[in-house]
Amino acid sequence: MTERISVRRAVYEENDRMAESLHGRLAKDGVFTVNILGGPGAGKTTSLKQIIARLPRDTVSVIEGDIASDIDTKALRELGIDAHQIDTGGDCHLNVPMVESILSGMSLKKGGWLFIENIGNLVCPAEFVIGEDIKLVISSTAEGSDKPYKYPSVFQKAAAVILTKMDLAPYVGFDMDYFASGVKSLNPDAPIFPVNARTGEGFDAAVAWLKSLKAKS
Amino acid sequence: MHEASVTEALIKIALDEARKNGASRVTSISLVVGETTGYMAESLEFYFRSFSKGTPLEGAELKLAYVKPKIRCPSCGKLFERKQFSFDCPDCGTPGTMTSVGNEFYIDSMEIEKDGK
Repeated sequence: MTERISVRRAVYEENDRMAESLHGRLAKDGVFTVNILGGPGAGKTTSLKQIIARLPRDTVSVIEGDIASDIDTKALRELGIDAHQIDTGGDCHLNVPMVESILSGMSLKKGGWLFIENIGNLVCPAEFVIGEDIKLVISSTAEGSDKPYKYPSVFQKAAAVILTKMDLAPYVGFDMDYFASGVKSLNPDAPIFPVNARTGEGFDAAVAWLKSLKAKS
Repeated sequence: MHEASVTEALIKIALDEARKNGASRVTSISLVVGETTGYMAESLEFYFRSFSKGTPLEGAELKLAYVKPKIRCPSCGKLFERKQFSFDCPDCGTPGTMTSVGNEFYIDSMEIEKDGK
């Protein structure tokens, strides 16, 4: 005889539980964790360098997630940044066990910052919490103003959007109103910071916002 | 996409429920899947068939109920489904606000069999 049983359990329950526990441990040390999401070539690492340049260097640690290279980690280390590499070996997103494993070999500054650059992908990383305080999306004008409409999930979960390559906007036909309206529909509270990650223009406002959020956490 | 790791998580929960409820076999698993998650039925089924072999879940049917994302119009309050490349209200044209409808991903229920009953 067949019997129907009610389950109502989230498929992500274990991941969410692990993420919550990791976040609790990081927060206990006053570490503010930022999960950086964006497509390949959006300017995630370049933006990260600009953000870190505006913070006390010795308060910052970085985890770089990549599928199969440590170019970004090397570049950050050359700048004297405490950067560590997760090579996912092809996996499309970082998960809690990967982060926990790399953290076990790191010494985070109490009251400092942890930036985790996720795999360049606008789909999968949006689905998984990895212990962060906030998700920060890096989107570029060159990717087009329709990104919030095509990848709603990542924008829905973002605490803020850093919009890079503003200098290219006129050349790629970027429609700021359309982009901003899409972000607002998905996430009315998320500010958009237009920047040029090569010159650093616009990052003062983004970092001031990050600092205020950390102070409140 | 990452349907493989997600299917593993799904199987873990289903096996836990089967054990707790004394099931000898699970005949179906009903999943609620919000469309913003982007999970494809074919892909979930493919991994499910492979990973469930030799467990009480082998041969169980995956029943997927998809939920379309819903957007609320801040002006007229209408709850609507989006058109491609727009979040605007179909009635009054105001840009709508995304709700949490469409983000679901959970096992709703299962059909199980128990030995000797």
